[in-house]
Amino acid sequence: MTPAKLAVWKFASCDGCQLTLLDCEDELLALAERVHIAHFLEASSAVEGGPYDVSLVEGSITTPADVERIHRIREQSRILITIGACANAGGIQALRNFGSLAEFRSLVYAQPGYVQALDRSSPIAAHVPVDVELPGCPIDRHQLLDTITALLAGRRPAIPTATVCQECKLRGTACLVVTRATPCLGPVTRAGCGALCPAFGRGCFGCFGPIDAPNTAAMVSALRRLGMTSADAVRVFRTFNAANPRFRQAAEEAAR
Amino acid sequence: MTHRSDREFRIPGLSRVEGEGALNLRVDGATVTGVELNIYEPPRFFEALLRDRGYLEPPDITARICGICPVAYQMSACLAIEDACGVEVTAEITRLRRLLYCGEWISSHALHVYLLHAPDFLGYPSVVELARDHRAEAERGLNLKKAGNALLELVGGRAIHPVNVRVGGFFRAPALEELRTLARNVLRPALDDALATLQWVAGFPFPDFTVAHTLLALTDPRQYPIEAGRPGTSTGGSFPVQDFERHIVETQVPHSTALHASLDGGPYLTGPLARYTLNHATLSPLAREAARAAGLGPRCDNPFRSIVVRAVELVYAIDEALRLIAQYEPPSPSWVSVPAADGVGYGATEAPRGVLFHRYAIDAAGTVRSARIVPPTAQNQASIEEDLRRYAERHLDLDDARLAHECERVIRNHDPCISCATHFLNLTVDRR
Repeated sequence: MTPAKLAVWKFASCDGCQLTLLDCEDELLALAERVHIAHFLEASSAVEGGPYDVSLVEGSITTPADVERIHRIREQSRILITIGACANAGGIQALRNFGSLAEFRSLVYAQPGYVQALDRSSPIAAHVPVDVELPGCPIDRHQLLDTITALLAGRRPAIPTATVCQECKLRGTACLVVTRATPCLGPVTRAGCGALCPAFGRGCFGCFGPIDAPNTAAMVSALRRLGMTSADAVRVFRTFNAANPRFRQAAEEAAR
Repeated sequence: MTHRSDREFRIPGLSRVEGEGALNLRVDGATVTGVELNIYEPPRFFEALLRDRGYLEPPDITARICGICPVAYQMSACLAIEDACGVEVTAEITRLRRLLYCGEWISSHALHVYLLHAPDFLGYPSVVELARDHRAEAERGLNLKKAGNALLELVGGRAIHPVNVRVGGFFRAPALEELRTLARNVLRPALDDALATLQWVAGFPFPDFTVAHTLLALTDPRQYPIEAGRPGTSTGGSFPVQDFERHIVETQVPHSTALHASLDGGPYLTGPLARYTLNHATLSPLAREAARAAGLGPRCDNPFRSIVVRAVELVYAIDEALRLIAQYEPPSPSWVSVPAADGVGYGATEAPRGVLFHRYAIDAAGTVRSARIVPPTAQNQASIEEDLRRYAERHLDLDDARLAHECERVIRNHDPCISCATHFLNLTVDRR
């Protein structure tokens, strides 16, 4: 059997999600025997053309050239998986969507005219069909391995649909809201991190993005009750998944 | 293009770097007339999007500039915000920060030495092919990387974008017993792996090539600089962190979305070579002796040997982590309160790739009014171009494909993080 051809692509991002693949230290060499890594610039100078069986796409679309590039990648890829909050929801750089690009550009660059950028940072799915979205900022290593393994075995990967709250219960972490009155996005945030922040005594800040049908109105009033100002509550939803429609709506609810 | 070029080609891939860039080389007879390291990583405007955020948010937000060195961003941001608010954290918290930062040095250096840089010296496209012939070495590298990540996970919660860091300290201090177990089971064996790494890379074939760059690194008479220090230069000067922008000036160039920096008007280098040369005396005895045994003098000005210096720092970071764990007392409380204050604060730390500077202006309500971030790769861009000019000029007899390969090596010597500086190298050579 020919090994599946894997490609890794980068758009506007921090490289952290593709680094997650290299962070599979125990599995990397074994994985490289099962899949053929045909395009992964961060890790290899050997570059092969498509078509590819699986493409992992990191980052958001922020330039006119990237709009073209993601279409070419989609044409070349049997399965396209977006990895992380940038690719799924525009990332932290989507904060520009709520301001003015011209102003942003002039704050960073003395001669903004040189810099090519779109007004908005948009998710991959706004441009091409996406087969699987791996959540997280960054993604979880185990979810990445499970997903690749599932695809190699020809089954649909199981991306968790539960909340961070449920992971806290499984982990045995006492609820921070109940025991310490700490604001926490656990009730509206997708599981997958293993309820990491609450285990460190920190409220969840939603880096895995929302579950499918979050009760954001109730979440906002709980955050307010726990002492967050309206502006604080807006900002907490406008961070790494700011352009996700459900968190965008939550931020609007918090602003009222 | 004013030159008529006899030959022009593109090679896809600055590969094995973090980010997207290209190189244009113009050659006129036996002279390199132009070198442009193009960085076209799309800009993400961090300094703009930090404006109007809460003053406790920059550590988490700026971590997202770079998935390879998020701790560096978190640490420089914390220092700058605490400075703005006039708060100093306890010595225990500072030591725990240094320990977390050691985890990032170990992980990042192991990544660069084994996965990005070693394949150049041994003639492989990646660690996967290298592993077919050198399985034990590849596994050793991955183990080292894993050791760094284990330290990051224990202290920081996760290796990429740790969650346990907050302005003022940590959400939770790790228990002594957890750290001791990690030291015994993971870091002790890793120290042997790091010493073996140093011996291995010291035997690589190095081109005879030296460049006398002006150097910039943090300095500290008491210890090798990681989480703090005073900026110092190879010309003998030093200055307080708050004067950083008086000495380091960033300018924009048309061919790059990263800003170019200069030190007192000229190009300079930051990163392992600078750090080692300016701070060799404060390495631990073990690391200093290992460096000597590996054939390094008190300075290193061959950029190709930066892999040896990174291996020395790998030894040092593990040795230092073991020392910090041996002396560890959990800070209690694990964080100090940092009330918002109207002010401007400055912070600089040694990211694996060099000095990382942050400045924030904050108002009394705790809103960020302005932010300035100077990452290492932007500072090094002019020096990398200088290395390229000199090295390429000596090797113009090579055909275009071979020359391109050599130029990529020159770039990788400096482990550029293009995500940080704002990756894919297209190399264009115009020869006339």
